[in-house]
Amino acid sequence: MAVDEGLKSELQKQGVFILPFEQLYNWGRKSSIWPLQFGLACCAIEMIASAASRYDLARFGAEVFRATPRQADLMIVAGTVTKKMAPQVARLYNQMPEPKYCIAMGACAISGGPFKDGYNVLKGIDRFVPVDVHIPGCPPRPEALIHAIMTLQRKIANQHLDKEQRPRWYDKNAASEYPIPAFGEHDLQPPANRDLWEPPRHYRDVTLDEVKKA
Amino acid sequence: MEAIEKIKEVAAQAMSGAKVEIINSTPAAQQPALLVDREHIYGVAKFFKEDPRFQMDFCSCVTAVDYPAKADKPGCIEVVYHLYSVAQKHGPLVLKVRAPREIDLCRVPSLTPLWRGCEFQEREAYDLFGVKFDGHPDLRRILMWDEFTDHPMRKDYVPPPDYEWEPTPHDETLDRAIQEGGITPPTAREELEKEKAKKK
Amino acid sequence: MIQPLTEEKRYTLTPGSEGLIETQTLEVSIGPQHPSTHGVFRMDCTLDGETVVALKPVMGYLHRNHEQLAERMVWLGSMPYTDRLDYFCSMTNNWAYALAVEKLTGIKVPERADYIRVIMSELTRLQNHTCVIGFMLQDLGAWGTPLLYAFRERERILDVFEAVSGSRMMCNYMRFGGVRVNMTENDLAAAKDIVARYPRFLDEFEKLLTTNEVLLMRTQRIGVLPKELAINASITGPMARASGVEYDVRKVDNYGVYGRFDFRVPVGDAGDVYDRYYVRVLEMRESIKILQQALRDIPQGPHIAPEVKLRNFKIPPGDGYGRIEAPKGELGFYLVSDEGGKQPYRYHVRPPSFINLTTLEDMCLGHKVADVVIILGSIDIVLGEVDR
Repeated sequence: MAVDEGLKSELQKQGVFILPFEQLYNWGRKSSIWPLQFGLACCAIEMIASAASRYDLARFGAEVFRATPRQADLMIVAGTVTKKMAPQVARLYNQMPEPKYCIAMGACAISGGPFKDGYNVLKGIDRFVPVDVHIPGCPPRPEALIHAIMTLQRKIANQHLDKEQRPRWYDKNAASEYPIPAFGEHDLQPPANRDLWEPPRHYRDVTLDEVKKA
Repeated sequence: MEAIEKIKEVAAQAMSGAKVEIINSTPAAQQPALLVDREHIYGVAKFFKEDPRFQMDFCSCVTAVDYPAKADKPGCIEVVYHLYSVAQKHGPLVLKVRAPREIDLCRVPSLTPLWRGCEFQEREAYDLFGVKFDGHPDLRRILMWDEFTDHPMRKDYVPPPDYEWEPTPHDETLDRAIQEGGITPPTAREELEKEKAKKK
Repeated sequence: MIQPLTEEKRYTLTPGSEGLIETQTLEVSIGPQHPSTHGVFRMDCTLDGETVVALKPVMGYLHRNHEQLAERMVWLGSMPYTDRLDYFCSMTNNWAYALAVEKLTGIKVPERADYIRVIMSELTRLQNHTCVIGFMLQDLGAWGTPLLYAFRERERILDVFEAVSGSRMMCNYMRFGGVRVNMTENDLAAAKDIVARYPRFLDEFEKLLTTNEVLLMRTQRIGVLPKELAINASITGPMARASGVEYDVRKVDNYGVYGRFDFRVPVGDAGDVYDRYYVRVLEMRESIKILQQALRDIPQGPHIAPEVKLRNFKIPPGDGYGRIEAPKGELGFYLVSDEGGKQPYRYHVRPPSFINLTTLEDMCLGHKVADVVIILGSIDIVLGEVDR
């Protein structure tokens, strides 16, 4: 039901707002994202700096950083995720109640970053946890983190509640908890969650046998 | 502090039977080290700690270095101790001790009973190099998880086959990508196609 | 008027009731995600009620194998990685590495470069100590106010770092034989402005904190570290000086141009958390003194030794250990070079935070769980350094 714009503005002047329920719902959710206080490494300092007085993150609704995952909406994975820490990150993500979002902040959380060749470095947190926004940088400036929060807010505003287009967390059958890797003898078991992450596309297409056959 | 030759003589006199040698560093560094054999390292270190001329009461840095076997020299793992003195404000005195590289034979006496500061650093050397320290109060892994079995800082450590396929792999990564992954990155694909074209 | 501390009364059982109360110890794992740990650090505490009976630190959650990476790169290539060791104080990490390499090769650093290094290092020390006090008070429950004040001052210092090196935190500014870019007059003026304003900020900070009753009651006689144990456990930095150990690498080794500056080294006597806090406040005042002298006396000249090659930089075979007084303690680099000389054969970081954690259990025994958090805050660890 589309409402005439003129009518809308007239009513607004009287203090009456007309908007779809979905918009109201999303406005409430996006304007009060509470992050989980979860800094791993250097990017955590930039996260704290962005919550400090100069780049005030509280303006965007991230008023308090909650210490417990049970009360948080957003997990900002800031810093290098090591293989020793990966099960804990996955566990924390599982403990967050839906709707939940994840921001991978910094090059290390996206793909391992400068420490990619490490025996203990997990090459990107998106191997085990679904990521909504990636922020490049080493470390990204606080303005970049604010831009990421705004991008996430736009993403939340565009989420629909109706049956066909609803997001993952609104779907009763979709999983909201992801399997936690175990410590193996040389590496994590499994090294990546294949449902969430696959190696970059254009190498998987072609196998050596196919090329040799052709 | 006195010259390194004098220190060596003093140490050799104090601990009878100790085999002490001098290893020099770069000409500019002026930090020669004393290489002591495994049986006497504890006694020599204790001597340096308690002797009133030295009073090395502060052990600053403990680390291990891996020297794989080469044609002329057998391999060894060398544990290096840097000692300083807070009381007399001199130092460093560098002690080195060597152990064979094989996992079961790689044992060295621990200096943690003398300097508590060695505790965590020796645990790290055990974790990353596989050197066992006899007499350490709590020798277990510190940086890697407990179920990990390798010693990653050794020169012959092979990382697990999980590594990112890079956009332009080269050298080892390319070889491993082809062998283990059975996957042909685009550059190798072009070369294979050129070979096919030549054969036709 | 500050009341003297009274003796704590222990809970005593009524006579005849021994053996009737059965208690169990509880094992709690604090971390790796906890609002009061300074990074991903875990402590396995065994508690009897609220009192700590045993405590085992578990680290390695940020082990990024920095040392192995350095073996694959050329000497200069690991300079950006040293930024990420103690990520609060990137300038001092860079200097420690540059100093170790200069010790191995005997490169002479020009005077202006040395003065610039001292200025950067003391600015780093200022912002590090301010933030440490801010974090410690956050753990105490002051819920962000000192932290926000601290970060306000830190932002001003980071502006200078950004103007000089291009990045707020990961500066990558020092090179072997000097610094990367010369400091302009604008940067020097900005630094002078910071130094002129800092005493007033410190006075305000101290007025709120140093004689604060809550701080005194919660930090005095908590986490006492005796002097002999501090020396034996290789504790360095403000933590050791608070226990009475008069050892500052700036005075002992006289590296850089520190010999020319007139400054004192504050030493505490009780070795508790309050002393560690106050030693840091006094060190900040001494840093301001050094900065005033350095900014006044800085000469003109080249900013890097001209004979140092940036490409094909080789070090003759041998090993060496170079150390500086980083804000957290003694930061040292042990470097081994082999015949090729282009890459390190072995590159080891002697991290102050890692070794300062040795006595964590000793300091925490007998105290309550809430005190454990404050004691950890007063040790001032940064996990990038602990785990490398």
